[in-house]
Amino acid sequence: MFILIVGAGRVGSAVAKRALDAGHEVSVVDSDPLSHERLDKDQSTTWEDAGGRFTVGAALEVDGLIDAGIEEADVFLAATRGDNTNLVIAQLAQRQFNVPRVVVRVADPGRAAWYAEQGLLTICPTQIAIDQAEQVVLAP
Amino acid sequence: MYVIIAGAGKVGWNLARELIAKDREVTLIESNHGRYRVVEEELEHAVQYGDATELWVLERAGIQRADLVIAVTGDDEDNILICQVAKEKYGCERIVARVNNPRNLPHFKLLGVQPAVSATDLILRLIEHEVPEYGLVQLLALEEEHLEIIELEVGKGSAAAGRRVQDVVLPDGSLIISVLRHGAGFVPKADSVVEAGDQVLLILDPGIEGDITPQFAPNGAEGS
Repeated sequence: MFILIVGAGRVGSAVAKRALDAGHEVSVVDSDPLSHERLDKDQSTTWEDAGGRFTVGAALEVDGLIDAGIEEADVFLAATRGDNTNLVIAQLAQRQFNVPRVVVRVADPGRAAWYAEQGLLTICPTQIAIDQAEQVVLAP
Repeated sequence: MYVIIAGAGKVGWNLARELIAKDREVTLIESNHGRYRVVEEELEHAVQYGDATELWVLERAGIQRADLVIAVTGDDEDNILICQVAKEKYGCERIVARVNNPRNLPHFKLLGVQPAVSATDLILRLIEHEVPEYGLVQLLALEEEHLEIIELEVGKGSAAAGRRVQDVVLPDGSLIISVLRHGAGFVPKADSVVEAGDQVLLILDPGIEGDITPQFAPNGAEGS
């Protein structure tokens, strides 16, 4: 599969490395060139030598997404630190570029739930933390 | 009419002022606490503190009964999502969004956020109106309705100059709706004569401007 990941933060870079290890084609976009370091960290080779792609671009700039290969992507993961950016680019990936599987990270549980109802695959770290904390705190 | 405005910057604050002066019920939402406190001194209970992209903040402001939601924050993603949620989740029929970066305008359209207003575009239109480089000024584009209104100057010696409106050769889907002469405008009849130097307003299907401008270009030159 060809996986495009926007946002090379902790989540984006970790998923990118695992996907590459698993034999997928992976392209990463981030507005900060220094975020590339996260992709090289703890690896024996650089990200590019390992076969990964990296593009510097602001998430809403469609040209950057096209350079990164959004038109060929099978999976799109929106994992920047901004909920609103993630929700907008995920919908662009879905509606403008017809990416078959679009996954979006949304920290706000309320909107994660509503956009999930609208057909986006949402991941809400806050909700996961709430559920886990609840289990631990309320454990007998 | 109940209006919710997201973003108490210069645009949002002044809009709120104007609407309140017209006896509209207004709630302004601002996410920066310092800014909120400044605006609150004047607008008091009409401004609320919070992030208008969060559903509970919109609900606290009473989005369920809002007749109009205006998103004028400095962030295009925020403006898109506020309007999208207002329209699709809460069924608010009328929305207006501000476009900060004109390059994002296609995103607003793609996600159904219309009308989207860009200050850059508005000023560009005004510049074209004052300095009509191409002899053609787009005055209004009704994109949903697929209509636009343009203004053209009737060039000296052009095909249209000296002709009656009914004799001006125009493509199907276009109509002369007004003539401006010596600073005054009138709605022409079929036998009104168009003179060189007049400004004419036409309503038309978008995309056929190229078939219209040659009729008004001076001395039979190709208009652009």
